[in-house]
Amino acid sequence: MIAGAYALPSIVVFATSALLVLVGAVGVIAAQNPVHSALSLIMTLFGVAVAFVAQSADFLAAVQIIVYAGAIVVLFLFVIMFLGVDRRDPVRVEPLVGQRAFAAVGVLITVAGLITLMARSHWVSGAISVSSGGTALATGQGNVKQLGTAVFTTYLFAFEATAALLIIAVVGAVLLARRERVVENEGSDA
Amino acid sequence: MNVPAAWYLVLAALLFGVGAFGLLTRRSALIMFMCIELMLNAVNLTFVTFSRTLGDIGGQAIVFFVMVVAAAEVTVGLGIVVAVFRRRSSTSVDELSELRG
Repeated sequence: MIAGAYALPSIVVFATSALLVLVGAVGVIAAQNPVHSALSLIMTLFGVAVAFVAQSADFLAAVQIIVYAGAIVVLFLFVIMFLGVDRRDPVRVEPLVGQRAFAAVGVLITVAGLITLMARSHWVSGAISVSSGGTALATGQGNVKQLGTAVFTTYLFAFEATAALLIIAVVGAVLLARRERVVENEGSDA
Repeated sequence: MNVPAAWYLVLAALLFGVGAFGLLTRRSALIMFMCIELMLNAVNLTFVTFSRTLGDIGGQAIVFFVMVVAAAEVTVGLGIVVAVFRRRSSTSVDELSELRG
């Protein structure tokens, strides 16, 4: 890839996004304090949102910020605070000897396989091979209307199913997190 | 001209690798959930990149559904973590061997 062939702004945007994503991801897995991990996760999610905007997925970028950074990470932080902030996960010790080496080898093989697959396949070479059933992607101004049309027509059944899934998840979470009615005569209710 | 899609795909692969490594090595259930989020985001980035490359809106619709499922998964998963913490006073997955067959 010759960098000079591409416009400088898109390269800068990509570099920013890649930096945010990778630094945040390493921060998530390397931080001892869970709060630091959650904040690094926000950084990664912002980086992914930048990548979404750069690829004209405006609605998804907004949802990424609102749902992930606004709701999911806050939920993580709530649980971390609930369980105690000073509960550190020791990163230095390795309970199973050789686990990290095995994990590193497996992950390297996976990533190398993925990159090889991408490099040797034809999809990424710019060849347009959209199937006849797909809806063409509008470029230029935002794609909110187009995505909405797709979700409410082509993917309507899946959309309804996600509604049911969310209800089930909420009920399940309430059921799991509810404090059970313990017998009161013990006196030492924690 | 925009940056080629392969760059974003390689970035997504690297993000997936970091998430997978964290999932395999960390012990805290909370951190493992965050690593799962990292891997889901890597897949989302791949979907959006292919959506742009192939000019198909379907990739973005799938990302929308992945986000919904991720939200539901985090809700239930954190509920389980809280329930386990009440019982065991720990979120380390090493101590959760009760379900061993």
